[in-house]
Amino acid sequence: MIETYNNQRKHIVLLISLAVGMFGFAYALVPLYQVFCEVTGLNGKTSGRARDVSTIYQNQVIASDREVTIQFLANVNNGMPWEFRPATHQLRVRLGELNTTDFYARNRAAQAVTGQAVPSVSPGFAAEYLHKVECFCFSQQQLEAGEDRHMPLRFYIGDDLPEEIHTLTLSYTLFKVPTVRASTLVSNRS
Amino acid sequence: MVAQAEDVIPQRSPLMAFMARWLLTTNHKEIGTLYLWLSFTLFFIGGAMAMVIRLELFQPGIQFAEPLFYNQMVTMHGLIMVFGVVMPGFVGLANWQIPLMIGAPDMAMPRLNNFSFWILPFAFTLLLSSLFMEGGAPNFGWTFYAPLSTTYGPPSTDFFIIGVHMMGISSVLGAINVIVTIFNLRTPGMTLMKMPLFVWTWLITAFLLIMVMPVLAGVVTMMLTDRHFDTSFFSAAGGGDPLMFQHVFWFFGHPEVYILILPGFGIASQIIPTFARKRLFGYHSMVFASAAIAFLSFIVWGHHMFTAGMPVWVELSFMYATMLIAVPTGVKVFNWVATMWRGSMTFETPMLFALGFVILFTIGGFSGLMLALVPADFQYHDTFFVVAHFHYVLYPGAIFGTMAAVYYWIPKWTGNMYDERLGKIHFWTAVIAVNLTFFPMHFTGLAGMPRRIVDYSLQFADFNMVSSVGAALLGMTQVLFLYIVIKTIRGGAKASTRVWEGADGLEWTVPSPAPHHTFETPPAFPPIMDENESTSLNE
Repeated sequence: MIETYNNQRKHIVLLISLAVGMFGFAYALVPLYQVFCEVTGLNGKTSGRARDVSTIYQNQVIASDREVTIQFLANVNNGMPWEFRPATHQLRVRLGELNTTDFYARNRAAQAVTGQAVPSVSPGFAAEYLHKVECFCFSQQQLEAGEDRHMPLRFYIGDDLPEEIHTLTLSYTLFKVPTVRASTLVSNRS
Repeated sequence: MVAQAEDVIPQRSPLMAFMARWLLTTNHKEIGTLYLWLSFTLFFIGGAMAMVIRLELFQPGIQFAEPLFYNQMVTMHGLIMVFGVVMPGFVGLANWQIPLMIGAPDMAMPRLNNFSFWILPFAFTLLLSSLFMEGGAPNFGWTFYAPLSTTYGPPSTDFFIIGVHMMGISSVLGAINVIVTIFNLRTPGMTLMKMPLFVWTWLITAFLLIMVMPVLAGVVTMMLTDRHFDTSFFSAAGGGDPLMFQHVFWFFGHPEVYILILPGFGIASQIIPTFARKRLFGYHSMVFASAAIAFLSFIVWGHHMFTAGMPVWVELSFMYATMLIAVPTGVKVFNWVATMWRGSMTFETPMLFALGFVILFTIGGFSGLMLALVPADFQYHDTFFVVAHFHYVLYPGAIFGTMAAVYYWIPKWTGNMYDERLGKIHFWTAVIAVNLTFFPMHFTGLAGMPRRIVDYSLQFADFNMVSSVGAALLGMTQVLFLYIVIKTIRGGAKASTRVWEGADGLEWTVPSPAPHHTFETPPAFPPIMDENESTSLNE
């Protein structure tokens, strides 16, 4: 009987740890999911980090001759009182070449509003070839009431972009960051 | 002695004695009964919600339910049926039968068993109370996709979250109890590969529960913190991703659907050999098939989200893995049929329900195979075809399985035979009503009728009317079932120890009704079955 009892305790402890471990696993799925999407470029997620410009010109001799079209889209999410649009809707760019464009945003509300732009690239697997040097999406943007701003975006497209891609679409959705959270929220995603 | 005992125990009023008996019981049979009654009660509540849904869909247009209320009915019907009916029903059967089938005196942790049960009435009171709250009950579907349930969920969503937490705790504790019981309390001689199949499938189910209910708890906790504590797991504004909700949810959700069916497989594997008077064909392959299904259930969740946006290679992987499940399932169906092959079959009610289970579940399995095909799924997704599919696997699968088990074991529980004539009427009306209700949904779904919408286009009117008539019949049939159960508890022909002529197993060696305490000393295994004393209803 004693042996059975000890066995039982062992089983109970093991099973409870399994249950607790699976609860932890649910949370572990969150970073796993982010990493998986970033590595594979699924979901059209672009890297949230800025590329160091100096390495581009050192490593890349010259931009290739291949040109692709990149289209820009801007959306605002529900309840975001901003006007938000790209300065140009479409650019013809050479691979490896550094490009600059900007997005225009104007706060139409009567009070200051903080926004966060979330990018998405289509086709999704092209996301990993789109390198941003500078982007308003790297951090939250705050606009006073009625204030407007041209927000810069500097990027280049890797010359290893697969042959079959001729057009990329980079879309930004602008979300309103609730004011109570604006100061505490650390945004590490582009 | 009796007089002395009465002196020692203070006299309680009958009500207090009744309350104390059921609130404080640690007996696996009584707790099993409690689980089964809870499941039965919620079956009628969830069924009433289904009636509201079918009443509204009887004709196109909006007649009885406002869209918001309709959505609440759809959501609550799903939640109640999955978490309140099928799962507690199977746990009740496990409580009653597992100790009896493995020769154990009780569950390994009787007090924990009591706790697991008594969480549930509170959880469902919490969940059902949301119907009476301002803003209404949860209305986002039982899958509670973000952001519908986070940003746009009604205030009562928090009650739903806590309710799900409580159900999860109950299920995990119950599952731990089942596993520890099976591993430690089997009678000497009963090795794992000699266990009855119901015990085997429940062992596998319990492992699935322990592995996925905490993931569900995790996902609702993320919802809770997203709603109130400024996290952004599922909110793109803060760097989260609403699509991730679907991944985490279905990582729980797909094993969950096997939790809802594996014990049913076990029940069919007990009943069919009894009434075919043959040993189960392919016992080992049955065990391995169950384990294979459980393993595969963890790598197929993506088939619920083919249209949510996925690269082709991911869709293909999920598609092939899903279709692979048809292999172990096919092994099972083959074994059941092979068990019946050249058996001396009789068709008492439990056998009828088991046969209905095998045939209709297989139809549901085939429509599942159709849904697994990525290109086809793009058409079927979110249509009534999906509704037809999962009702075919759940109603004739899980519910018929539970009913078959009740008819099969109720003589052992109550000591009385049920009314065979009424049982047969119950089966035949149920089987007709199930098909009348759910079969037309295949057609409306293929024709493009979307699910979860209060109204529909005129061309679907006739089939929906047929479905609604079938649903009304199906609802009434279950009232007959309630009557049969009560009638059996109150009396009937006395059941013998073995009850069924072809029955085999330890539970058929204890008297009927099973005494309060059984197997206080481990019984001999394999059991010596009583050859002479059996009630055969067809004689």
